[in-house]
Amino acid sequence: MIPETGHFALALAVALAFAQAVLPLWGAWRRDARLMQAAPALALGQFLALAVSYAALVWVNVGDDFSVLNVAENSHTLKPLLYKISGSWGNHEGSILLWCLVLAGCGGAVALFGGRLPASLRARVIGVLGATAAGFELFALLESNPFLRIWPPPMDGRDMNPLLQDPGLAIHPPMLYAGYVGFAIPFAFAVAALLEGRVDAAWGRWVRPWTLAAWICLTLGIALGSWWAYYELGWGGFWFWDPVENASLLPWLTGTALLHSAVVVEKRESLKAWTVLLAIGTFSFSLSGTFLVRSGILNSVHSFANDPARGVFILGLLALVIGTSLVLFAVRGAALASTGIFAPISREGGLVLNNILLCSIAAVVVSGTLFPLFADLLFGEKFSVGAPFFNATVLPLAVPVFAAMSVGPMLSWKRARLAPALAKLWWAALGALAAGLIAALHTTALPVLVFAAAAWLVLGAATDIVERIRLFRLPIADSLARLAALKPAVFGAALAHAGLGVSIAGIAGAALAEDAIVLARVGETVQVGGYDFTLERLRDAPGPNYAARVADIRVSRNGHVVTTLSPERRSFPVQRMTTTEAKIRTDGLTDLYVVLGEERDGGAVLRLHHNPFAPWIWIGAAIMAFGGLLSLADRRLRVGAPLRQPRPAGLRTPSEGTPAE
Amino acid sequence: MKTRRVLLFAVPLGVAAAAGGGFWVMLQRMRSGSFNPRGVPSVLDNKRVPGFNLPGLIGPGFSGPDLYDRHRPVLINFWASWCPPCREEHPVLMALKQDGVPIWGIAYKDAKKASLAYLDTYGNPFERVAADAGGRVAIDWGLTGVPETFLVDGDGYVRWHMVGPLTHAMIPTVKSLMELYAG
Repeated sequence: MIPETGHFALALAVALAFAQAVLPLWGAWRRDARLMQAAPALALGQFLALAVSYAALVWVNVGDDFSVLNVAENSHTLKPLLYKISGSWGNHEGSILLWCLVLAGCGGAVALFGGRLPASLRARVIGVLGATAAGFELFALLESNPFLRIWPPPMDGRDMNPLLQDPGLAIHPPMLYAGYVGFAIPFAFAVAALLEGRVDAAWGRWVRPWTLAAWICLTLGIALGSWWAYYELGWGGFWFWDPVENASLLPWLTGTALLHSAVVVEKRESLKAWTVLLAIGTFSFSLSGTFLVRSGILNSVHSFANDPARGVFILGLLALVIGTSLVLFAVRGAALASTGIFAPISREGGLVLNNILLCSIAAVVVSGTLFPLFADLLFGEKFSVGAPFFNATVLPLAVPVFAAMSVGPMLSWKRARLAPALAKLWWAALGALAAGLIAALHTTALPVLVFAAAAWLVLGAATDIVERIRLFRLPIADSLARLAALKPAVFGAALAHAGLGVSIAGIAGAALAEDAIVLARVGETVQVGGYDFTLERLRDAPGPNYAARVADIRVSRNGHVVTTLSPERRSFPVQRMTTTEAKIRTDGLTDLYVVLGEERDGGAVLRLHHNPFAPWIWIGAAIMAFGGLLSLADRRLRVGAPLRQPRPAGLRTPSEGTPAE
Repeated sequence: MKTRRVLLFAVPLGVAAAAGGGFWVMLQRMRSGSFNPRGVPSVLDNKRVPGFNLPGLIGPGFSGPDLYDRHRPVLINFWASWCPPCREEHPVLMALKQDGVPIWGIAYKDAKKASLAYLDTYGNPFERVAADAGGRVAIDWGLTGVPETFLVDGDGYVRWHMVGPLTHAMIPTVKSLMELYAG
C-alpha cells in the first residue's frame, strides 16, 4: 500500500502543480485578485503532496520492500540505515523525485515568506515555479516512476555502489540539489519580471536573498562532493574537471556573478537586463547539467544508468522551460532600460568586471565540456579535453578575478579613483609579496602566484573592515564602536572573499605535498614529511555488508606519538568490489593521509601522504558559506521583517530565513 | 539601432536553440545507433595496431610488432591513475585476470610514481604494462579518453573496442569475443 500511496501523492502533486501554473498566471494577466490569491495555497498543497510521496519512498527503502523495483535494484538488507535513507536519492528515479521535492519546496517557501511581495509579482513567481515543477513531476510520474513494483520480488537487493556508501556523499546530493534547484527562485523572479515588464530596485532586493541562499547550498554541495573525492577515491585528488563536476561549477560561477550584479540592480538600478539574463542562465545551467548527465550524452563516474529515451523527454522539458524564458527575454528584455549611469572606475564598474570574468570562466568551462561532443557531431572528429586544458585556460582568467576582488570593495559607487583605493591596500600587497616570497623558497612559479593571491584576498578583506572602522586613525574606542555598528552583511562579504583566499591557498598547497609508496612489514618505520609512520599490525575486521582488512599505523614526530591511523580495504561481496578507506589525521593546517594497498611478501603496500594546507580547501568553502549566511541574517534585521514562527519540520529549502520585503 | 538592440537580446535564445538542436540530433542518433559519444567506431577497427615502442612500467615494455604474431588475442587497456572511471573499472579488470584473460596495460599521460602507486594499492591486473607518458602512442591508437580497451587478435588486428569503463555485465561478452578470435 505504501508505494501506491506515494505514487498517488505524486500524481496529485502533478495535478496541483498544473493548477499552480495556470491559475495564478491567468489571474495576474486578467488582474483577478481571487485567482492570484489561490497561488500560495496551491504551492503549499503541491509541496505537501510531494513530501508525502517522498516520505513513502524513504519508507520503502528503510523497510527493505524489494517488491519495489527501485529498492530491489539499489538496496540490500545488510546495508546500514543511513545508506538506506540516502539510497532513496542515490539513484536516477529517487534523485528526480528529490529534485521535484526541492522545487516544490521553493514554491512553498515563496508562498510562506512572500507575503509582502506585490500580489501580481507573487502570483507570477509562484506560477512560474509551478509550471517548472509540473514538467519535472510529470517526468517523474511518466518516465521515471520510483514506485514501480516487480513480481516475484527478489529475496534480496542488488546493493548500492560501495563508493557511494559514505556519510559525506549521503548528504552531498540534497545539498547540491538545494543549490541547483534553489536558483529556480531567482529564475522565477526573472521570468515574472519579464512578464510584468518591470525591474526596479525593489526587485533586486527581493531576488538577492533567494540567490544567496541557493548559492550557499551550492557552495557547500560542491565542497562536500570534492571532499568526498579527496578521502574516498583514495589518492588525495579533489577536483578532476569531470563533466559532472563542471556541471555543478557552471551554475556556481554564473550564480556568483548574479549575486554581484543583483547588488547593482538594487543600489543603482543598472544592469537590469543582464541580471535577468544571468538569473535565467544560472537556472538553465543547473537544468542542462542534469540533462546532459542523465541522458548519457556526457558520461562520468558519478552518472546513473542512463537512457536516451529519457533524454528526449528531459530535452523537451528544457526546451520548454529555457526556450520560453529566453523568448520572453528576447521580446521584453530590451524594454528593461537602465537608469543609473556610472563611470568605468567605480563600484559598479568593479562588479561589471567581476561579471565579465566569471562569465568568461563559465564560457571556457562550457566550451571545454561540450566541444568534444559537437566536434564529434559536426565534423566526426574525436577530441579529448581534460584537466590540462581547464588548468591552462581557467587560471589566467582567475588571476585577474583574485586581483580585482580586493580592490572592488574599496571603490565608491558611481565614480571612484583607483589610486587611493590601491593606496589603502598597501599592507595587503606587502603581505601578498611576503607570502609569495616565503612560498618561493619551497615551490615553483604557479603555486607562488596563487599563495600570493590568497594572502592578497584575505588581507584585502581585512582591509575592507579596517577601512570602515578607520582603525588607528580614530581613537581605538571609536573604532570599536564603529566595528560593533557594522552591518553583518559587510562581514559576510569580507568573509566570503577571505574564504576564497583560504580555499585557493589550500589548492596551491598541493604543490608542497609529499608522499611515499612503500612495502612495509609489521614493525617497520617509514619517514614522510618529517613524520615517522610505523606499521604496528594487520588485522581483519567484519563490517555490516563488507569484510575489511585493517592496518594500524602509529604516527610519531620527533619521538612523540601523534596518532594511530587505521586505513582499511573493504570488499563488498554483493557488488564484487573493493574500496579503500583512506584514513586522514588533520590538525587544521596539514593532513596526514594513509592508504592501505595490497599485501604481499609478508608486508603491506602503504601509501603515505603529507598534504600541507589541504584542509584549507574545505575550510575556505565553509567560510564562504558562513559569510553568505551572515549576509542573509543581516537582511532580515535591516528590513525589519516581523518575527517568523519556526518552520514546519521537513521544509528545508534553500530559502531558509529569507524575508519578504 | 533599435533592430540591433532587438537582435542582441535574441542572441541567448539563438545560442540555446543551437545547443538544444545539437543535443536533439545527438539523442536521435544515439537511439538509432549511428552516434555514440562513448562507444565510437575506432579509427583502428579491423586494422592492424600501429607500430610503436613503449618503455615498461613494471618489467619490459612492449611494441607494436609484439602484437603481430602472438597467435592469441589480448586486451589492450589504456588507463591512468588520475581517472576516476578507471578506478571504477579496476575490479572488472581484476575479475578478467582471475578468469585468465590476458590484459596488457598502457598508462596514459601518468606520472610513473602515481601509476605504480595505483597498481600497488588496487592490484595489478596486467600481464605486461607500459607507460605512454607523453600520450604520443595514444594518438596513433585514436584514443578518445581513458579508460579505453581494445581487443587485438593474434595477428595484431583490432577486432573490438570499448570507450569508457568495462562493467561486470560485459565480462561474458568479452570472454566470448576472446574465444571467437582465439580460433
